[in-house]
Amino acid sequence: MAGNRGRGRSQFTFNVDTLRFGRGDSLPTSAHTPSPLFPPMQFRPVPLHTGEEVDYMLALKQELRASSKNLPFHIKAARTKTDVARYSDKYQNGEPKYNCIEWSPDWSRMPKELCIKVQKTRKTGAKPQLTQKPKVAARKEEVLQKLETLEKREQEQHSEEEEDEEKKKQNEEEEEEPDEDYDEEELEDETDYIISYFDNGEDFGADSDDNMDEAVC
Amino acid sequence: MTTQEVRLCGLLLQEHFGNVVEKVGTHLIRSGVLTLRALAHETKLPLDLVKKSLCVLVQHGMCTFGAGRRGPAGPVEYRINCEHVFHMLRYPRYIYTAKSLYGDTGELIVEEILQRGHMTMSSTVKTVADRLTHNMPEGQSMDYSEVVSVFSQLVETHFLQRCPPLASAGSSSSGAVDTPLPVATQPTEPESHPDCYKLPYINLTGQGKRRRSSEDGEADQCAAKKARTDNSECGDDDGIYWQVNFQRFHLHFRDQAIISAVSCKLDQSSSEIVRTMLRMSEVTTPAHAAFTQALSANEIFRALLSRSPDARPILDQYLSLLVDDPMEFVGKTGDSGGGMYVVNLHRALANLARATLESVVQERFGSRSARIFRLLLRKRHLEQKQVEDFAMIPAKEAKDMLYKLLSENLVQLQEIPKTPDYAPSRTFYLYTVNQLPTARLLLQHCYKTVGNLIERRLYETKENKRLLEKSQRIEAILASLQATGAEAAQLTEVEEMITVPERQQLESLRHHINKLDSSENQVDETIFLLKSYINSTQASR
Repeated sequence: MAGNRGRGRSQFTFNVDTLRFGRGDSLPTSAHTPSPLFPPMQFRPVPLHTGEEVDYMLALKQELRASSKNLPFHIKAARTKTDVARYSDKYQNGEPKYNCIEWSPDWSRMPKELCIKVQKTRKTGAKPQLTQKPKVAARKEEVLQKLETLEKREQEQHSEEEEDEEKKKQNEEEEEEPDEDYDEEELEDETDYIISYFDNGEDFGADSDDNMDEAVC
Repeated sequence: MTTQEVRLCGLLLQEHFGNVVEKVGTHLIRSGVLTLRALAHETKLPLDLVKKSLCVLVQHGMCTFGAGRRGPAGPVEYRINCEHVFHMLRYPRYIYTAKSLYGDTGELIVEEILQRGHMTMSSTVKTVADRLTHNMPEGQSMDYSEVVSVFSQLVETHFLQRCPPLASAGSSSSGAVDTPLPVATQPTEPESHPDCYKLPYINLTGQGKRRRSSEDGEADQCAAKKARTDNSECGDDDGIYWQVNFQRFHLHFRDQAIISAVSCKLDQSSSEIVRTMLRMSEVTTPAHAAFTQALSANEIFRALLSRSPDARPILDQYLSLLVDDPMEFVGKTGDSGGGMYVVNLHRALANLARATLESVVQERFGSRSARIFRLLLRKRHLEQKQVEDFAMIPAKEAKDMLYKLLSENLVQLQEIPKTPDYAPSRTFYLYTVNQLPTARLLLQHCYKTVGNLIERRLYETKENKRLLEKSQRIEAILASLQATGAEAAQLTEVEEMITVPERQQLESLRHHINKLDSSENQVDETIFLLKSYINSTQASR
């Protein structure tokens, strides 16, 4: 067997007949690249199932996905601080705090080391962080205190009635809040606008066109 | 855990619980078992965030914890239960099944418990009653007792079960586990608790609260959250938590698959007979049994819904048909009582898996390749020449198809040497198909497919984020305008803020996303079938 090597160059070591290609045929070219990312399909795929059941499950799936984003189990990481402080940062939602948990699990079913303090006061729609306005912060604290006292009262009395009361109070507070925000926004906008209009006294005559646009808008 | 499984787990966790939980969960899956400090250190996340994520995962039953390697004195170790994460893909199917069996109330109960992991009975009843009342017309409200009755029905049929008590808690366990502490590897089986399906005695009277319609969405949510998180009020059933019994749902799906297979292969009446047999042996058959309990033909006849005295010989004929069918759904185990019959569960699952494999080959490679595949499944080992002869396909094409299947790993090559030196000219090369490894391969393909579908959906959503946000804003404006009673002219003006090409783009985006979601649901059905088959082969060993 060793002697045969090198003599018949086109001899294969296996029985060619079983593989059904003759000597003259070229072997298929070897692939030099990895297979394509989206290989072409020989046959079109079968269409999806349709029907009432399928549609209902599709709707359920999308609803579940949307509602799970609003549950307290959905934990959002802190937004990384971008390089520039943007105007819109003031009006973004408040950052979730790390060291408190928004729902109250049964701690007896969890290992003790996982215990975190439960965030008691759950504001309806986080307030925008207006750090320049101290009076807003004071108002926030008042509201927080109010809610805490309400909570204490609630735990003593019957829960259902208290929930109703609280809902109403929160409604009132919420109605107050957008009004305040609106006023403040308006005030700020107006202030900015006026400042820009009168600020550059030198440019008043020179860039009359630009200022005219601003006055109109 | 294979790469594809880890990837899919990560995507599912991200979808439901956000990036943080995904990071924690994926790392824990890859590492196996970790302590809290190690996890926080390796993921480089703040400790509190890691704690919160673990709380979420434990709440949903996806993470188990126990005494670690250092024994009870050492730190607690956590591990993730991947199967549980995959169940998240199947939530719509569970909810739909509950709806079809127990109506809207059942649907909402199961949905609430699935979304929250585990809940007490009183909080579930209250929340569901509130939700139902919200959808009812003005003035009506849902009574708690109706919800309680549906809840009890779900518990009686074992679709809901109590969460197993923690043996490490020590105090309450009435059905105490034998070992003093659970090792991290062995979670206590919920079924080992004797009170698993016992309803607590609580006095729940009342009616669902209707939420004020003048409140906007956020206040609604907050009020609802307040109602739900107000578990601090002492209910009579504090500490008794209920979770969804996934195994029972899976048995139900398996039965459904068998019944539909019988009705496709034979006819409606035979499927009715098989449905009756399965229903009768529901409670007596253990979960991993290969056969149902033996039922006599007399019992089956009594249990059949539509029966007349002269239908008895017809029933016998149908039963003998079912027994003689090559798919072997039903087997005969004796002659007493008119004949004792069982449903061959494991064999039925194997046949269903085989049908799935064959259909995959057919759709991807054509019907001739499918013929070769089926041939190899039946005849086990064949040489190339024999394949060509039996399949009646010309040699060149058969060779091509075989090699293609071989390159896709659906067909394997078995060498049988004639001489000890494995000389190629003196060796038999036999082609063969092994059903179980091929099923596992296909299962991994399915996981990869679902991962790809989810990623594509995320990509599509991200690409069109601006457009989606704009349309959401406009919808919100429209809703508020309508609430305050605006004229039609204003409404049309707002609607026209979305231009026609944008509308078309939105429409096509919705169509794509619907298609991707629907595909996910359908691939999940295949995943369920293959997984059940693989589990059944493992159980019987």
